[in-house]
Amino acid sequence: MTAVLSQTQYETVVGLEVHVQLKTASKLFCACANHFGDKPNQNTCPVCLALPGVLPVLNEQALNFAVRLGLALNCQIASRSKFDRKQYFYPDLPKAYQISQFDQPVCENGYLMLSNGKKVRILRAHMEEDAGKLVHSGADGLAGSDYSLVDLNRAGTPLVEIVSLPDISSGEEAQEYMTQIRNIVRYLDVCDGNLEEGSMRCDANVSIRPVGQIELGVKTEVKNMNSFKAVRRAVESEVERQIQLVESGQRVVQESRLWNDATGTTITMRSKEEAHDYRYFPEPDLRPLTLDPAWVESIRKELPQLPAQRLEKLTKTFGLSEYDAGILVEFKELGDFFEATAAICQNYKAITNWLMGDITAALKTEKWTLDQTKLTPQALAELINLVDATTISNAIAKKLLPELISAGGSPEALVKEKGMAQVSDEAAIRAMIQPILDANPQQLTDYRAGKDKLFGFFVGQVMKASQGAVNPEMLNQILKAMLAGP
Amino acid sequence: MAFQGALEIHRQIQEGKITAVSVLKQSLQAIAQQDLDIGAFLSVHGETALAEAAAVDAKVSAGETLPLLAGVPIAIKDNINVTGMPTTCASNILTGYISPYNATVIEKIKTAGLPIVGKTNLDEFAMGSSTENSALKVTRNPWNHHCVPGGSSGGSAAAVAGAMVPLSLGSDTGGSVRQPASLCGLVGMKPTYGLVSRYGLVAFGSSLDQISPFAGDVADAAALLQLIAGFDPLDSTTLKTETPDYLTTLEQLPSNLRIGVIQELNGEGMQPEVAENFAQMIELCQKQLGASIQTISMSGIQPAIAAYYIVATAEASSNLARFDGVRYGQRKKTTGDVHAMYRKTRAEGFGPEVTRRIMLGTFCLSSGYYDAYYGKAQRARALLRKQFQEAYGQVDLLICPTSPTTAFKIGEKASDPLSMYLSDIATIPVNLAGIPAISIPSGFDKSGLPMGLQILGPRLSENKIFQVARAIEQVTGYHHLLPPALAQTVAQ
Repeated sequence: MTAVLSQTQYETVVGLEVHVQLKTASKLFCACANHFGDKPNQNTCPVCLALPGVLPVLNEQALNFAVRLGLALNCQIASRSKFDRKQYFYPDLPKAYQISQFDQPVCENGYLMLSNGKKVRILRAHMEEDAGKLVHSGADGLAGSDYSLVDLNRAGTPLVEIVSLPDISSGEEAQEYMTQIRNIVRYLDVCDGNLEEGSMRCDANVSIRPVGQIELGVKTEVKNMNSFKAVRRAVESEVERQIQLVESGQRVVQESRLWNDATGTTITMRSKEEAHDYRYFPEPDLRPLTLDPAWVESIRKELPQLPAQRLEKLTKTFGLSEYDAGILVEFKELGDFFEATAAICQNYKAITNWLMGDITAALKTEKWTLDQTKLTPQALAELINLVDATTISNAIAKKLLPELISAGGSPEALVKEKGMAQVSDEAAIRAMIQPILDANPQQLTDYRAGKDKLFGFFVGQVMKASQGAVNPEMLNQILKAMLAGP
Repeated sequence: MAFQGALEIHRQIQEGKITAVSVLKQSLQAIAQQDLDIGAFLSVHGETALAEAAAVDAKVSAGETLPLLAGVPIAIKDNINVTGMPTTCASNILTGYISPYNATVIEKIKTAGLPIVGKTNLDEFAMGSSTENSALKVTRNPWNHHCVPGGSSGGSAAAVAGAMVPLSLGSDTGGSVRQPASLCGLVGMKPTYGLVSRYGLVAFGSSLDQISPFAGDVADAAALLQLIAGFDPLDSTTLKTETPDYLTTLEQLPSNLRIGVIQELNGEGMQPEVAENFAQMIELCQKQLGASIQTISMSGIQPAIAAYYIVATAEASSNLARFDGVRYGQRKKTTGDVHAMYRKTRAEGFGPEVTRRIMLGTFCLSSGYYDAYYGKAQRARALLRKQFQEAYGQVDLLICPTSPTTAFKIGEKASDPLSMYLSDIATIPVNLAGIPAISIPSGFDKSGLPMGLQILGPRLSENKIFQVARAIEQVTGYHHLLPPALAQTVAQ
């Protein structure tokens, strides 16, 4: 007999722990450069190597960044905070303790609003230092390797860990929450927000429960998601796995699981975690923090426009679609460029189309970012105005773009200089058409014999000869008349 | 020739009467002659010290005014980092470790031009009261070679008491400078927590540790503290105070001086001669200094030892976790995984007392025990602080014997850690409260071993402590006394 398929409906319950690497100039507790890609152990000093006798000194910029981030996440900023030691032995942790925050984090009780109107509550956002990196020979991990090398360039990099409450109920919501945080850290300019390169990392606490049940199910902690899509897929895959376990009468075991993007599944990590006692205690080498409310307010006042504010502005003030606005929010550079252009050009749809179409395509080809180009909002506005005034055709405008990107300059001046202004004078257009008709007697005869398709051929010839400078509507009209015969 | 005071040596160098190089050579010669018996030094660095001394002489020749104490040879406890020299902490786990950086106090000492003669012995990682916990060497008390010099800064104390250097630095976490100063007939001054930078001092109990000077008299101790004190951007726990000047007002005695005697530290468990001596000291303060004396009772003193051994060991268990064999020091090879390597490296690298304290501290911080131990100890500490504050509302300074006994025989207490812990009863409360205290010589027992008087003051009252200590010293004349055997050698 086959098993009866259960009728139980399950609810997904997810909480995310997001690590954000702050892009301060120096590390959290020493003056070493906070920089990646250098030779192993180049950015180290007695402090981050944890030589005997050294002491940490807090990086004020990191504290400033953490407060900025906390404010953007709608958190309360603590007036008193402190650091604690989280203790465990591992070769990438030079002091054998991580300076973190245990019971008095800098930021608490925040939230983010998802596009479906759901509020995801943020329990806390605390500061801590990153560990170093191990490079293993002969195995993927420390266990079984012939030898392992320690690179402490990353040791002491400032992190903010953002811990949400389990308010997320789908992979899609998890992905959106992550994307929002990414957008926020980029708008604040406190982090690159790059999951692929690890400047943002995410652990998902995933559990399921029958709909209507209040008690939470046993959770697993899923790690190793290296893209926003992976966050969604990992949650969905893990939920699926848990449902299957429960449906088949088994239990979900509390453990850490590793997401494998290639197979689309999660696998058990070494479950060494359960016995951990981190023996937190207050860091005696750092004084407790006192955060002056006036200082916090001054940071709040200096916060830049945040993604949610831009989204509202783009859709409400500029009337862009949710989709277009979403892209301009996500790609901050495009959004900034849009707003700068929109301040001097009212054709918002055209600005959007240019930015998301030809400009993005050109950037992709050249592997440039907008600020690496010579294109200015003034130039784009001028270009759009030239098209709108039918001074040039859209085709001509597209031709001008590469030069505006690589060399800059004013579209009006370029049009004048190159004689690209659209020809809208009837006599002039007739004068351009006539030689084409003369040069192609056979095609003319065929057209007049009923081969209508050849109309396109003549348009093409004229456009080619005029380098696209002819007003296309007028060309159509006049060409049709001339082809019809005298 | 025996050393005169550090300030006197410095004055003569500045005036061109003697050279820094000749003083240094005299120091090196004394080490060569005596340290085989005493065992104060773990490493001697004559060449670099000679270069430093020569640089001072060059300045004198060029007519420059020298910084305070320039040219005076100094010995450094071997848990303070000096570039290019070993930092052993008297532990096997740091065998072969050469420090690549200077502690902040060393930067100051080098800038001032005090030649660093060598690094001195200590109880392993400064854990102990006799220097017997050193994994590397036995240090003997210059006053009696069968006795301990005290600890944990026993090497630094013996180096000055043995007339090998006029000055040295130790570190005081629970009495590690004041107790050996008392047992070796020296002045030892533990400053207010945060007055001296800890950057470069290998941490034992981070919230208790202070680098502290040893000297032959109060003025020399004041001069050395003046040199090393001050805010340090590399140590967030240093106080933002102005650089102190103790010497200018040293000879002034505060009027209407009120001195308190801590009841809980007077009598019980004390060697009778120490009690007698202390009674004489009270009388001296009354009659010679014109001080009013009152008894102060502090219920927080009794729990202090227990609180101290929780706080200090908890912090130590964390501070010493970095000695894991991964980046420096001794790594023991195993066939097992990295955790097996940690276990073997640490089990074989640390001595029994350090192991005991790491285990005690780890236990105290364990989940489920934190509140009962560490939390309670912090409350005891807060109570003690409050009681000291209240006491200083009634009196200017407090006094008590530094150590309940004079120097004991080597090996006598080594197998009884608890009795060793109890010998710090009078010094520990000072570290828990973060206040300053000095130990000055106050006399000798029947067998000729020195005794010490401890003077405690409120936070940042170093100036007043030095003034009163100086006044007592002038009455007793116990400063700069040499151990008889050494005095004989010197006389010959």
